[in-house]
Amino acid sequence: MALSKRKKAMYVRYAMYVVSIALLIAVILFIDWERLGNAMFRWDIVKEQFPDILTKAAKNTVVFTVLGFAGGLSFGLLFALMRLSSIRAYRWFAATYIEVFRGIPLLVTLLILGFGIPIATGWKWPNPYLQGAIPLSLVASAYMAETIRAGIEAVPKGQMEAARSLGMSYSRAMITIIIPQALRIIVPPLTNEFVLLIKDTSLISVLGVTAATKDLARFGRDGVNQTANATPLIVAGLVYLAMTLPLTQLVAWMERKTKAMSR
Amino acid sequence: MNSDVVVSLQDLHKSFGTNHVLRGIDVEITRGEVVCIIGPSGSGKSTLLRCVNMLETPSSGTITVLGRELTDIDCDIDEARSKIGMVFQSFNLFPHMTAIENVCVAQRKVLKRNAKEATTAAQSMLARVGLQDKENSYPAQLSGGQQQRVAIARALAMNPDVMLFDEATSALDPELVGDVLAVMQSLAQEGMTMLVVTHEMGFAKNVADRVVFMDNGVIVEQGPPEQVIGAPREERTRSFLSSVLNH
Repeated sequence: MALSKRKKAMYVRYAMYVVSIALLIAVILFIDWERLGNAMFRWDIVKEQFPDILTKAAKNTVVFTVLGFAGGLSFGLLFALMRLSSIRAYRWFAATYIEVFRGIPLLVTLLILGFGIPIATGWKWPNPYLQGAIPLSLVASAYMAETIRAGIEAVPKGQMEAARSLGMSYSRAMITIIIPQALRIIVPPLTNEFVLLIKDTSLISVLGVTAATKDLARFGRDGVNQTANATPLIVAGLVYLAMTLPLTQLVAWMERKTKAMSR
Repeated sequence: MNSDVVVSLQDLHKSFGTNHVLRGIDVEITRGEVVCIIGPSGSGKSTLLRCVNMLETPSSGTITVLGRELTDIDCDIDEARSKIGMVFQSFNLFPHMTAIENVCVAQRKVLKRNAKEATTAAQSMLARVGLQDKENSYPAQLSGGQQQRVAIARALAMNPDVMLFDEATSALDPELVGDVLAVMQSLAQEGMTMLVVTHEMGFAKNVADRVVFMDNGVIVEQGPPEQVIGAPREERTRSFLSSVLNH
């Protein structure tokens, strides 16, 4: 007799577990753990990374991220409002800006603004932090503008009408009524942007760094060069995770909360 | 022009694209008058009401409220709106503010009243709509009828010269309609000038000084309720009334 559908599904599920466990055992058995540990996780090298990896490298990553986020948020809000403006020239300008900066890889933007502009104009970046953070924030603002615009558009139209019918001007209504409500909607996606920014700061080191402006990724790479061992990169990766995981968990928590509230 | 005229609409037209919603409306409302606008959905009655405070910009014609021509490009529309209260079908309370904050915010930001004045006025308005004990509730914690009464208090706190009601009870559960209508009725008795778009024929019959029947973007007939609702002259009015009264 042929198996019933539900029985068949049950056996398939068992088979999946068996295959997964077999694969896991194979990986554990066949990997040369000693060699792997020597190449990628040597305790003596791990210890050498501290405290500089936190006090210098992670600090620089945080500085780049915070500067990039602050700039990205301010410009992002500006471009979001321009996208929603009744003035067509503003809408076009903001839409073009957003498409251009979202369409070009961050690495290319960094090189064009960090190197290309100084070569073309003779102007020099006054500060290595700004040289990295400003291109970063310009790209971030393009993404954040779209997030913020979506948040503002998600506020029901009646809110603006009610505010205007009470005699508030458009900008007063935006500031007092619309943006506070939009913020609740956009905080989770903006936190995700923040996580992306933390990781994107790793590209800034292509602009060249001094010992003082090394970020986490560059610190790890330089560590590899000095020790001929991959351990510094693994440690750098773990430090990134220590920053990003709490934030992604926070987003998950906020999303659960809003879901519970809208129920 | 009669100085007692609060709202005056002259030859008002409004189109959305090719959809001609208002096709020449002339109406005058005098101080203290309660005017109910009735008519089938799509007849343009809500659009007409939304034109009175310029939430919709008319395609042509003039709107004059309290002697100010709102359709004049030099008119300060925000200032004019602060004297025109509006109550919406969907309440439109600000969900991130408590009831009393909802009633205070425009007093503070538009009328520039200080916190104490605004709070005192807000408390007395909330008491007037029977919600003095709900000051610190958020809209989500209130029933639809309570939310709508907060919305009325919010509009009244601006000391408006005229109140517009856009199907204020249409979104409410039947058992909550009465509380809101009672507030509106007491407002009418206190002499508030009111323009009310409604499906509540009982309210129109008992409270209105004048009933305006609209269909297809024009005023078909108007007059005292006992005439328009009790003894309509036009066939369109009769068929509309029989369809709403017999369901």
